[in-house]
Parts: sequence; C-alpha cells; structure tokens
Amino acid sequence: MSNLITRRGLVTGLAIGAGGLLSGCDKLGQNTQFRELLKTGEHGNYALQRLLQDRTALAEEFAPSQRSPVFRANGTRMPGGDDYARHLATGFADWNLVIDGAVARPQSFSLSQIKTMPARQQITRHDCVEGWSAIAKWTGVPLKLLLDRASVSRQARYVVLHCADPQSNGTMYYESIDLVDAYHPQTMLAWAINDELLPVQNGAPLRLRVERQLGYKQAKYVQRIEAVPSLAGIYGGGGGYWEDAAGYEWYAGV
Amino acid sequence: MPNKAIEGNDPGVRNPIGGELVYRHRLPTRLWHWTNAVAIIVMLMSGLMISNAHPHLYWGEYGSNVDHPWFNPPHFPGWATIPSTYNLSLARHWHLFFAWIFAFGLLAYMLVGLINRHIPRDLTLSRAELAPAHLWQDIKDHARLKFPTGQEALRFNVLQKITYIGVVFVVLPLLIVTGLSLSPGFDAVMHWPLDLLGGRSSARSIHFVCAGLIAGFIVLHVTLVLLAGPYNEIRSMITGKFRVPPDPDETRPPSRALAEDMS
Repeated sequence: MSNLITRRGLVTGLAIGAGGLLSGCDKLGQNTQFRELLKTGEHGNYALQRLLQDRTALAEEFAPSQRSPVFRANGTRMPGGDDYARHLATGFADWNLVIDGAVARPQSFSLSQIKTMPARQQITRHDCVEGWSAIAKWTGVPLKLLLDRASVSRQARYVVLHCADPQSNGTMYYESIDLVDAYHPQTMLAWAINDELLPVQNGAPLRLRVERQLGYKQAKYVQRIEAVPSLAGIYGGGGGYWEDAAGYEWYAGV
Repeated sequence: MPNKAIEGNDPGVRNPIGGELVYRHRLPTRLWHWTNAVAIIVMLMSGLMISNAHPHLYWGEYGSNVDHPWFNPPHFPGWATIPSTYNLSLARHWHLFFAWIFAFGLLAYMLVGLINRHIPRDLTLSRAELAPAHLWQDIKDHARLKFPTGQEALRFNVLQKITYIGVVFVVLPLLIVTGLSLSPGFDAVMHWPLDLLGGRSSARSIHFVCAGLIAGFIVLHVTLVLLAGPYNEIRSMITGKFRVPPDPDETRPPSRALAEDMS
C-alpha cells in the first residue's frame, strides 16, 4: 500500500490540494450559509465582550504627550452636496441635531446649545479596521445627556446615527450602536479635536466617539439620532453603511 | 490502548524494536494537530489579507500613514490570501471565526496534555538534554539529516522539544494575547497586556512577527516530515500508528512490512 505513496506524489498532491483548498475557500466565502457560520464568530465576540466588560468599563485614556502628531483623516473628508457646503459657508450656524424615533420627547438642538452643555474631554486611541491607530483629545457632549433629554422609550434597543455625507452608492452615511454603548460614559458627540473645533475632514461640526469600537463606527457629520427597537428596517438591515455595503461586522469591538 | 501510547519515553512500555508498528500519538494529540493545522492555515492566509489592508508596521501606542513604520510588509499575492481577491471584511470574518477554534483548541490541548501527562512527560527538557555536548550532537545530527532510529525515534529529540515548547507555550499564546489586544473592546476589559507589549501598534507588530515564526515553523515541520518518511509520519498523526525505523545496530533482520515502508 505504501508504495502507492511516493515522495514526489505526495508533494504534487499537497500542491494540488493547496490550490483546491484556496479556490474552495473562495467558494465557501461566497456561500451565504457559510458566511452566516463565520459570523457566529462576531456574535460570539459581542456576547463575550458584553459579558466580560463592565458596562462602564472605560477605554484607555492617554496623557497629552502621548497623542499622535497628526490625526489621520479617513473616509469622507469633504461631504458632497449643496446642503453641507451651505452649512460650511455659514460656520454651521443653523446646524441642528435632531433626536427622534422611539423617544418620549423628540428634540432638536442647535450647535450652540450643544456647546453650552456640560462637556467631557478624553484622550483616546482611534483604531481603524485596516490596522492603523491614532491618539487624539476629544471634547464633546456625552450622548447620555442628549438621550436623557429626549427620554428614550423602553422599546428602543439601538440608536441610529444619520449623517450628512453622501456615499458612493447614493445613501448618506449611517451607523448604529446598542444602548450599552450609547449610555457609556465615554460615548459622546465630539465638536473639538485637540482643543480646536473639528475640521471638516474629521467630521465637522459633530461626530460620534464610541471608544470601545473601531473607526468606522465613529460616524462623522451627525445630523440626526434615531432610537429604534430593531435595525431591520434601517437601509439594508446591517446597522451601518459599511455593514450593508461591504459586509463589515456591526459589532466592531474586535 | 490509548494508555499505552508511546508519545515519549514512557517507562511503563516495553522496548519496541525496529520495524515494529507501535501506537505513538494519542487521540487528543491527533485531533488537536489537525483542527489546529486548519485553524492556523486559515488564520495565516486571512491574516495576510488583513495585512494587505494596511501593510505598515509601527512601534508604540499609535501608528498611521503619517507616522514612521519600522517595516512595510510586501503586498501578499492572491494565492497566499483568504479570500484570494481583496476583501478585508470577509478576511476578518474568516480570521475571527477560526480564532475561537484556535484559542480554545490550544487551551483544551494544554489542559488534556497536563491531565494525561503528555506535556510533563514529552515536552519538558532535562538537564542532560540541555548539556552543550548533547545539544551540539543533536544539531550535527539534524545538519546531516540523520534521523533517529529504534527507540530514539519514539521520543522527541532536544531540538524538536525546544521548537515545540517554543511554538506551543510561547509563540501561539503570544499570538492570542497580541490578537486580543488589537480589540478595543478587549482593551476596555483589561489593558495591562497592551501596557506590557508597549502599545497597540507594538502588539500588532509582534502579532505579525509571531505569525511569520509560525509560517517558518510550518515550512520546517513539513520539510522534516517529507524527509523523515511522509507515509509513516502522516499515518502516525492520523491513526496513531508509527513504524519504528530500524536501528542499524540491531541484529534482527528487518521485517517484510518494514522493507515495504522504506521503499
């Protein structure tokens, strides 16, 4: 039996096997059911991190000297469309933040109102899904303060952030987080970076900071926050632009 | 039968002779070997795709395009990545699913290995083995591709032990710790691993270097299996049965079965 297996035969077999394995992996990756199986990894990570994390466990905060010399901008750097251009030209004087959906008292805040609310400052690390990271100081209003004004209803499970930057497929950027992250002490709508008003490339005039998740969750140019019981009816149902457009994880804590 | 497996120098087992078919690798070892092999290969290849998304490695707490990388990994070609065309999100799904199999597989292997005494018996180094003369002899044997025969072939030699200990107890655990540290959610649970490693960009660099070490180990491991006799070696990791290579000093003529194996 063993003389059927020669060294040369085995090496050839391994090479063919490896090639087959590779195209097999591509086929598996295109299979919806297999992708669902792979996504159990994400569900597991979400469940495990929520289990191990204290609800208010903070992301690490750094000293001013540990900041990145330059905070890299990524994604939209200049939102397209006339609306944003008009806001930019007027210094965001009539930019409003709307909070609605499953809330008892829908709210509309002007930018100046938001800036007079109690602010939090934190120096945190921004981790992009691609692998790079940058540290900056953020100043903004804790999201909890805004949500409490609107009194989120008991049916709500998530908040969806609707943004002002149109994407290549025509939709505006959107993201969502669960209420654990929405009420987390470090979660804020930031209006300043490194003690200066947010520049356009970093999300002027308001962007989300949700420090225990990756960069694509940190929605920029936020205009509206909608409390919802389910993400099923929001665009593609994945809970965010990159989730729907390219299959990225909704839970981006890993 | 599993209790009689000769994964090393078990004093309770009689001395097998060259040509004899012996039970060498127990079921837990074989199961872990193959599940881990699949997990590691998937993680290496999906990891190369993830590297392609930002092929720059930095040292310290942060690092992005505007900072100075200490190393720029090459762009890895499609035949080396999962999936074979650029898709960061799908590569991450592969990577983070198999991470569970990899991490809990290693944990189970370590626990079972301690309970069934595989680790203390076969994967510990004695003072005699570490003697410079012994080490040097083993290095010379390896350089001459002189593979152990007879009983010697049934226990791990010292270079093999050092390699396995390094892989199982240093490199693989370091891959897990550095991998976990890349998760901002995990860092909120505990950030002492990051503090120890010198920051997230450092952890990412160490993760990449360890993956490279594992890739090197796989090349070495497969090469040695091919040189030592792939049929016998691979069979021993599938069925557990290993044919003892004949000792040239043995007077007993080799059996017919042995002659077939050596062909």
